[in-house]
Amino acid sequence: MLLYALKRLVYVLPVAFGVSIVCFLLVHLAPGDPLTAIMPIDATAEQQAQMRAAYGFDKPLPVQYGIWLFKVLQGDLGASIASGRPVASEVGRAVGNSLILASLATLIGFGFGTFFGFVAGYFRGSPLDRLASVVSILGVSVPHYWLGMVMVIVFSALLGWLPSTGAGPGGSTAWRFDWEHLQYIILPAVTMSAIPMGIIARTVRALVADILSQDFVQALRAKGMGEWPVFKHVVRNAAPTALAVMGLQLGYLLGGSILIETVFAWPGTGFLLNTAIFQRDLPLLQGTILVLALFFVALNLIVDVLQSSLDPRIQRG
Amino acid sequence: MIIGAPPAPEDRDRGGPGTPLLDVRGLTKHFGGKGGLFGKAKSGVVRAVDGIDFSVAKGETLGIVGESGCGKSTTARLVMQIIRPDAGDILFDGEAVGSQALSLGDFRRQAQMVFQDSYASLNPRLTVEETVAFGPRVQGAKPAAALAKAHDLLHRVGLEPRRFAGRYPHEISGGQRQRVNIARALSLDPRLLILDEAVSALDKSVEAQVLNLLLDLKRDFGLTYMFITHDLNVVRFMSDRIMVMYLGKVAEFGPSEPIFEKPGHPYTAALLSSMPSMDPDHRTQEAPLTGDPPNPIDPPSGCRFHPRCKMVSTLCSQAEPRLSTMGEDHLAACHLADPQSGHPRLAAA
Amino acid sequence: MAAVDLSAVAIPPAERSEGYWASVLRRLRRDPVAMAALAIILLIVLAAILAPYIAPADPFRGSMARRLRAVGTPGYPLGSDELGRDMLTRLMYGGRLSLFMGVTPVILAFIAGSGVGIFAAYVGGWVNTVVMRVIDVFFAFPSVLLAIALSGALGAGILNSIVSLTVVFVPQIARIAEAVTTQTRNRDFVEAARISGAGPLTIVRVHILGNVLGPIFVYATSLISVSMILSSGLSFLGLGVKPPEPEWGLMLNTLRTAIYNQPLVAALPGVMIFITSISFNLFSDGLRGAMEVRQ
Repeated sequence: MLLYALKRLVYVLPVAFGVSIVCFLLVHLAPGDPLTAIMPIDATAEQQAQMRAAYGFDKPLPVQYGIWLFKVLQGDLGASIASGRPVASEVGRAVGNSLILASLATLIGFGFGTFFGFVAGYFRGSPLDRLASVVSILGVSVPHYWLGMVMVIVFSALLGWLPSTGAGPGGSTAWRFDWEHLQYIILPAVTMSAIPMGIIARTVRALVADILSQDFVQALRAKGMGEWPVFKHVVRNAAPTALAVMGLQLGYLLGGSILIETVFAWPGTGFLLNTAIFQRDLPLLQGTILVLALFFVALNLIVDVLQSSLDPRIQRG
Repeated sequence: MIIGAPPAPEDRDRGGPGTPLLDVRGLTKHFGGKGGLFGKAKSGVVRAVDGIDFSVAKGETLGIVGESGCGKSTTARLVMQIIRPDAGDILFDGEAVGSQALSLGDFRRQAQMVFQDSYASLNPRLTVEETVAFGPRVQGAKPAAALAKAHDLLHRVGLEPRRFAGRYPHEISGGQRQRVNIARALSLDPRLLILDEAVSALDKSVEAQVLNLLLDLKRDFGLTYMFITHDLNVVRFMSDRIMVMYLGKVAEFGPSEPIFEKPGHPYTAALLSSMPSMDPDHRTQEAPLTGDPPNPIDPPSGCRFHPRCKMVSTLCSQAEPRLSTMGEDHLAACHLADPQSGHPRLAAA
Repeated sequence: MAAVDLSAVAIPPAERSEGYWASVLRRLRRDPVAMAALAIILLIVLAAILAPYIAPADPFRGSMARRLRAVGTPGYPLGSDELGRDMLTRLMYGGRLSLFMGVTPVILAFIAGSGVGIFAAYVGGWVNTVVMRVIDVFFAFPSVLLAIALSGALGAGILNSIVSLTVVFVPQIARIAEAVTTQTRNRDFVEAARISGAGPLTIVRVHILGNVLGPIFVYATSLISVSMILSSGLSFLGLGVKPPEPEWGLMLNTLRTAIYNQPLVAALPGVMIFITSISFNLFSDGLRGAMEVRQ
């Protein structure tokens, strides 16, 4: 188990290294250099050169990467060009907010997805199964940013039950777990849960149907074993894979929340990315993406190791 | 219109009838053994083929038998250069394969192979005639000529082109598929045909038909066969000479009849006694072979057969027996066949 | 002795079996859901192509006096947008860019990803390992994040949006292509072709492509739905098409201000994205079903 974890870690490190290179190069994809956007229009060539030197953009790329990586490893993601504040602290606050939203969405999606998938797998071919298939295909096909708008239209504009945007009455900073704040998270979380719900329903349906069709389950039933032990058996065998899918979905939601966070003005990483892009604040963009991608890599690793400890048969070479 | 005529045998028989068509010396292939992650988890070396010598004379059928995992299929793939040998020489009609005189391409035009799995060895997206015409097309034949040749060969292997040429592999039976594979192998006018368990997956009645077809084709096309199987009845029916393999080594080699009548290696004897025979006179009293062959990653010391051998002595686990002459052209790798070996049972006899 | 007079057997009119793709087509035609999805896709594509001839109004000319009319207003069957332009017209024109920007990345990625994956798998060895490790790096980014990061760095624009999405999909398709090619190239018929003296290019053309392009193609069609949602999403964020071009994602964005006045009109562009995306998903499912029946 520990050995397997170490082996996976050794495998993941080069990937993390590659991720850092991609994030670093991202900034250099941009036309011009990262300073063009904020440079005063009337800056002289000399002033421009000075500013480049101050940010280190005058050095060759590999050297810049080395310096950047060295700082990143110490937790220094540089300073935001727009606000001048350290990127690390900005990202840290935003990740916290995103994590709350994404976790809640994953839980909702997992709950309903498992339910639909279980029902569909248990009663294969029944109308319930077809309904569950429809729900899951709707879940993966819907443009979630549009679903967010529809939610706002229905529950906020038409019914007036829930607030449409923001993270609470006190703005974006003072999140608390009380109703006053929680009502702000309901719409974005439900919207966001549509995708994992569809995917988890699909996975669980296939798992349950597969387990039920195994010979020894048929044998248990033939011997007059009640439905309860069969049900327990199915749960025990479906759980590792279902949980793994859930873990990965959390990672996807965290990294893919930008559109929904924009719709609901939720002060998370997506919102931060949006700001970074439109202010052409490339260090902020780079830092946010690096943190999200590394978080995703780490989550993958954890899911992988946990899954193999639940079910030792699932070990990747 | 006269097509499908292979070059007259005398044109291609460069070495003369005395030179074996295939001469293999010291053929060796070990699998694995490359270091794992950081060279720590070193995986074991599988000694699939471990220094074997044999030859196939022109026009004969050499049968190769042994249990699964003994290296017989690997030997076939090594000869065809599908996998590269670690060591050893392969001479075809007196010339080294891959040399100036005989390039790999030249060799492959003259040696072809039929695989065990009739379905996996046919491209599911090609029709029967496309499969058979592929080789001639690759070798530069015009489409119409290649197609005509394919139809001729299909006819020769007993598949009426009108009915079968346009079919896909999943639409025909296993026996028919294997006939297609044989036609495909013959499409390059080879001199040597390697049949790797080519009939093992077929039903007994179909197997017999295909075996008879192979005998007819051998006569009509002047072929030489290397016939690999685990079925002793089949090998006896087909072969002039037989090579028995055990764990990557040659256990016994010789003409078919002496080997069946008077096996020189206890392993061959055990194989024969486990074989169902219709003739009570041929039923031996010896116990059939028990257990599985040992792991080729870590083969036994000395004689590789000694843990399963009834005639075992302490010598057998210490010294590896050499191939000793039993009779004319008959060799066995057993201390009992070697008068100088010092095996205690020799003294008793 | 082996020469045969072929005049008796030469090239008889052989019975032909139905080819693989013909049988896939036949099964697909019997799948009502897939055919309905295909009909909807064709309808949307046709409306987009023929928009200049059949659209009732000018997609760019609006009237501030007639802004945000409700669905069903005479002269505005689907209402009007925040600048008073006819919604039906703009939805028809919008399909042009939305479909183009959603489908093009998948086509480009199908070509590039298949090339990379098949090459890596066929060559094998360390080349394959290196290529697959690089692909692993791209898999470390959730696709939405990677798409937005790339377009964010490249800047807004139609071309940049297409480039970003292509980069997102190439590794995904390459991974599938690598897997099916590795599976195929180890089958005996490839060995048999090799010992017939065929070179690598011939083997790939005759024996590999025919067996791997099908599964890769099905996977690629399943990505069109994702690509439609993502490319409209980029425009929704302001990273794709720039106003006043009609494009569903961008229209959805500019109509956000109207959700309190004309909620139904505001939601319409999203309905188009949804319908297109779900149709591509259903069609892809049907295609997979039709192809999986037998090898």
